[in-house]
Amino acid sequence: MEKIFGRSKGLTDVPFSFCPGCTHGIIMRLIAEVLEELDIIEDTIGVSPVGCAGFSQDFFSCDFVGAAHGRAQAVGTGIKRSLPDKIVFTYQGDGDIAAIGTQHAIHTAARGEKITSIMVNNAIFGMTGGQMAPTTLEGMKTSTSPYGRNIGTNGYPIDLPKLVANLEGAVYVASVSVDSPKNINQAKKAIKKAFQVQQAGLGFAFVSVLSTCPTNWGLTPSDSMKWLRENMMPVYELGELKVAEEVKSL
Amino acid sequence: MSDGKGGFVMPKVNVLDKFCKSCELCIEVCPKKILAVGDKANAKGYFTIVCTDEEKCIGCKICATVCPDVAIEIYK
Ligand SMILES: Cc1ncc(C[n+]2csc(CCOP(=O)(O)OP(=O)(O)O)c2C)c(N)n1
Ligand code: SF4
Ligand code: SF4
Ligand code: SF4
Repeated sequence: MEKIFGRSKGLTDVPFSFCPGCTHGIIMRLIAEVLEELDIIEDTIGVSPVGCAGFSQDFFSCDFVGAAHGRAQAVGTGIKRSLPDKIVFTYQGDGDIAAIGTQHAIHTAARGEKITSIMVNNAIFGMTGGQMAPTTLEGMKTSTSPYGRNIGTNGYPIDLPKLVANLEGAVYVASVSVDSPKNINQAKKAIKKAFQVQQAGLGFAFVSVLSTCPTNWGLTPSDSMKWLRENMMPVYELGELKVAEEVKSL
Repeated sequence: MSDGKGGFVMPKVNVLDKFCKSCELCIEVCPKKILAVGDKANAKGYFTIVCTDEEKCIGCKICATVCPDVAIEIYK
């Protein structure tokens, strides 16, 4: 019998530290499979964030560096500029990249740094107990917005991929979701392209992934998938938001 | 499924107990409805998933695609 599905070589043998049903794990699997398929595990340096993905270095079999909160892209920039032959990616939660790290999210793209950034958007600060994030939806209840996010006092949610897509240096920007088998396969295609863009040295590549947080949303893993579909997907438009001319021929 | 030698190979699903967290996402998506929570707990205390009717598995990999803990292997 032949194994037609199993754990990628891009992953270690360490179980993820995520809560049961948390889709962070699906996204990590997809990245690991892409690293294996492109045969770049040995050439890749990941940068981990602060948040639930802060233990990424334990789960991937490539090299890793840990960054301070929100600074993964600054660290990634330094690594890539000093070791241009390496493949560098950051893996960051929405709180990490779209709150404390917003300046890097904008300027890394504006500078066209030749790295790949993956944002995991669960509309909340997961690790610290489900506080409101810039990505929290209007009316969404969190531990710091118990009556629901109020636009008048808390402002509007930030759609980071749309923002980044406006910047010249970002050559590939995609918004994907991992709520269903079909969307998971779609997400993998986008992640793969974001790494191929870097292999070709074309510019900054960014993929935002809609993800669940069953623990802080207070829902079962299955209901979380449904909640994501019904509430996040209408707000955060899915698709390839930007494919620069030079990326189209990849 | 043909094994290319004139015989038939049944697809098989294998749950890696060490990784399974009993989130039940695989149970829901399996088109053949042959996955269920088992009666044995792993070292972390999660009651891991079992296949209730191996004959029926079609090797579609949908369970493995949604498994957030990469706890499923499929053989064919
Ligand atoms: C400088 C600094 N400020 C605040 C924190 C507290 N903190 C830890 S994780 C986190 C937010 C993580 O949320 P997110 O990036 O959305 O990731 P998730 O945990 O949801 O995957 C915060 C605010 C910190 N560790 N360091
Ligand atoms: S707190 Fe939320 S984001 Fe963090 S591991 Fe648990 S479910 Fe996932
Ligand atoms: S491979 Fe398909 S049929 Fe077999 S257990 Fe998984 S989901 Fe069910
Ligand atoms: S999806 Fe994976 S972790 Fe969740 S119950 Fe099924 S095998 Fe276990």
